[in-house]
Amino acid sequence: MTVKYEPVIGLEVHVELSTATKVWCNCKNEFGAAPNTNCCPVCMALPGALPVLNARALEYTVKTGLALNCEIPHYAKFDRKNYFYPDNPSNYQISQLDLPLCVGGHVEITLADGTTKQIRIQRIQLETDAGKLLHAGDDVAEADSSLVDFNRAGVPLIEIVSEPDLRSAEEALAYLNKVRSIIKYCGVSDVKMEEGSMRCDVNISLRPVGTERYGTRAELKNVNSFSAAARGIEYEIKRQTAILEDGGEVEQETRSWRDAKGISVTLRSKEEAMDYRYFPEPDLPPVVLTAEEIDRVRASLPELPDSIMHRMMNEYGLSAYDASVIVAEKEFAEWFDRAVLLAGKANAKAVANWQTNELNRVMNARGLGPDQIPLSPEQVAGMLKLIEAGTISGKIAKTVFEKMIETGKDAATIVKEEGLTQVADEGELLKIALEIVAANPKVVEDWKSGKAGAAQWFVGQMMKATRGRANPQLATKLVTEALEQHAGQG
Amino acid sequence: MAAASTYKLSATRLNRLFLAGELSAVEITESVLQRIKTVEPKVTAFLTITAERALERAKKLDSRRRAGDTELGALAGVPVAIKDNLCTDGVPTTCASQILKGYVPPYDATVVERLHGSGALIVGKTNMDEFAMGSSGENSSFGVTRNPWDPNRVPGGSSSGSAAAVAAEEVPISLGSDTGGSVRQPAALCGVVGLKPTYGYVSRYGLVAFASSLDQIGPFARDVEDCARLFSVIAGPDRRDSTNAGRTPPAIKFGGEPSLKGVKLGVPREYFAAGIDSEVKARLDEAIRQLQALGASVAECSLPHTEHALAAYYIIAPAEASANLARFDGVKYGHRTSGASGLLEMYGKSRAEGFGPEVKRRIMIGTYALSSGYYDAYYKKAQQVRTLVMRDFEAAFAQFDALVTPTSPIPAWGLGEKTEDPLTMYLADVCTIPINLAGVPALSVPCGFAGGLPVGMQLIGKHFDDHKLLQYAWAYEKVTNHAAARPALEGGL
Repeated sequence: MTVKYEPVIGLEVHVELSTATKVWCNCKNEFGAAPNTNCCPVCMALPGALPVLNARALEYTVKTGLALNCEIPHYAKFDRKNYFYPDNPSNYQISQLDLPLCVGGHVEITLADGTTKQIRIQRIQLETDAGKLLHAGDDVAEADSSLVDFNRAGVPLIEIVSEPDLRSAEEALAYLNKVRSIIKYCGVSDVKMEEGSMRCDVNISLRPVGTERYGTRAELKNVNSFSAAARGIEYEIKRQTAILEDGGEVEQETRSWRDAKGISVTLRSKEEAMDYRYFPEPDLPPVVLTAEEIDRVRASLPELPDSIMHRMMNEYGLSAYDASVIVAEKEFAEWFDRAVLLAGKANAKAVANWQTNELNRVMNARGLGPDQIPLSPEQVAGMLKLIEAGTISGKIAKTVFEKMIETGKDAATIVKEEGLTQVADEGELLKIALEIVAANPKVVEDWKSGKAGAAQWFVGQMMKATRGRANPQLATKLVTEALEQHAGQG
Repeated sequence: MAAASTYKLSATRLNRLFLAGELSAVEITESVLQRIKTVEPKVTAFLTITAERALERAKKLDSRRRAGDTELGALAGVPVAIKDNLCTDGVPTTCASQILKGYVPPYDATVVERLHGSGALIVGKTNMDEFAMGSSGENSSFGVTRNPWDPNRVPGGSSSGSAAAVAAEEVPISLGSDTGGSVRQPAALCGVVGLKPTYGYVSRYGLVAFASSLDQIGPFARDVEDCARLFSVIAGPDRRDSTNAGRTPPAIKFGGEPSLKGVKLGVPREYFAAGIDSEVKARLDEAIRQLQALGASVAECSLPHTEHALAAYYIIAPAEASANLARFDGVKYGHRTSGASGLLEMYGKSRAEGFGPEVKRRIMIGTYALSSGYYDAYYKKAQQVRTLVMRDFEAAFAQFDALVTPTSPIPAWGLGEKTEDPLTMYLADVCTIPINLAGVPALSVPCGFAGGLPVGMQLIGKHFDDHKLLQYAWAYEKVTNHAAARPALEGGL
């Protein structure tokens, strides 16, 4: 009998906070400035310089913790994590070892099959980002020299450590998306993987299905995108399964993910593991937070995606899937709410349909981000109003929709300019129907002999003749009338 | 009118004469620079002399005074020397280490800003044990400073130059830093007054860190009033130092009949244990009798964990130092080796070439103490001892206003006498180290001589009782003539 293995995955997600200034000094926290222009004695660790905690970074960390259902202890402290590397000017990182700012939270993830699962969060700590190295050459091993840019040194970074509750790449991806979404709602980070403001390390081990004890884990570093995380996990599952099935043992080690090659390689074995020699940071007093201070941060939390999702399902009857797509991005949810406000609650489901199908399709095809929605809520509401009034058909609406995105004009203008008004004049439509019936005796015979689809063919011809502007219900009714009239005459 | 002996005047006196228009800042500065020129070859207290900058400031100060500016400051016109671990914008700050040779900071330490703001004239940066690690000044990588009372003896350390410069009348006042006794011990050995303020009273911003939880900048002076004046200038709130208490010391007034009536003094017996020089003990006994004569009540007491303080200190201070000194890596500033082919080799060689033996020893001790598997046995244990030492003081201060001890169990020793034996050298700080662990203030005030060498009495107070210690010391100084004693440097060395 072959043993089946189950992956056990925990993630350490690093998020740069979007405070105006760095965590220990007043230097600007901005992406893309000329190298070494946002630096001072503190963030360059010049002799004698001392750190002062940025109150906003503290607030943002607590806010994130509350949004992720963490407990905020009243007493936290900072520690020094010692290691030498040129991107770290002091050669120690100010981090948090045993008393972090947030402990014991959780998030709920929704999987593709609609099932939900709670993923526990162990802790969130506030720490310091390092500078950036630029190597003269393809990589560090071949570089003749390296340059250091300290602009990022001292940018506030939070590390969100999950419990090992994830069991697949899909779950890991859902977790990452959920955490990202919540952080974005909180407005504490722009969470852009491509700018490095969100990064993650993956801890993964395997164990026989049905057993409790964790296997030996590998830590995967240099995972630079969500999809890379998924690929890295899939690769590790295969790699570790192969070792176990061969009767081998997985080594406890730190591995580096090489996304281009789709493999992971050993970075450090257990024996080579770093000894960070943590000790309490003597330059910073412990952080003492009162219940009132924590409550003040709690009061500043926006409505979070889970709550919005439930509101959309209960108030508007959206499906869980549609609601989850809409709330995944703060901009989508805001767009939806505005469109519903303009189009009326009765149109909420229609808004959701257009948003999750047509709009999503266009945005994916064009590679647009959530901050680049190419259609305004006003435009879509205007279009829905025209449908509601019977001015245009749902079919015509698709054309109007495309034109709105193309031109930026509102629906009414497009309908007017293009002459897309629905034809609902019975007399006119009946005349067309009679003409079509008269011109197609063979199909009329089909209809008479009860051939399925013959009537529908005539409706199609009606739409063709009116360039889709015929009211579909009316067209169906009049085609029947015309056929019966024609039969009566014949 | 400037006299040839202007440099001999106290800071308080110089400030008064300057404000009254009787002496110009330039005259004062020139007199002091001349004195430095004369005795510096015999003392070598300075690493850098900033004559031009000082004279430029002096000129500006003079014109401001002539223009009727009345906000010139408590140290206006007063030359001051500062230890070379205090950052000075545009002036080399080396910590007496090869690794920082030629390093010029782009900013001023808070205390330097405060000195400038008070009208003080910084005339130079003083020699010290490398990175403030040492008790004799001999760990400087730029040469030794000599004790003005005996050129063959050490001035004490680590603020060797700052103490010697004041004792040799090169400057009336100076700043040092005190992590385990580095202000008080050289003050005692050089026969001047030195204060280690309450931890958190003086901003550490711009003080090159040795052990962050113990470091405190402190003043040297030839009398208590000058010491208090300098302390009042440097102490106070600073948002750039998160460990700063945000407190401004109360105004300290001296005058009237010296009296210690109602003051309860404790004499901890552990500080008079084996190892104390008999003459030092005799001077302390005399001083205690004088304190009693001033009206103080004196009783013996005990600080039972004193014997463990030294061991705890030599874990905690090196542990913090091992991290604080990690930034000296050859990457950003300071010495970088010329012969390395890779990163690790560059780190290793730059640091091996840049740090002296005592600094290396302490980095290694600290690194070891923090290592995985040893942390609980060393660092954690040491922190627990530190808590016990603090409690000793809390218990003593429930009974006493201040404690009286020797500053150093022995007077100045010969140059080279203890350099081969670091442990014996460490013992020289046995009376001063517990104070840093507890974070309380303490000062050393001259209390006579042992074999022609100065002896210091240490007064230890409660947190933020620095002003009271200064008042007690002032009363004691008034009824003795120790402050008037000067080494005879003119006779040639």
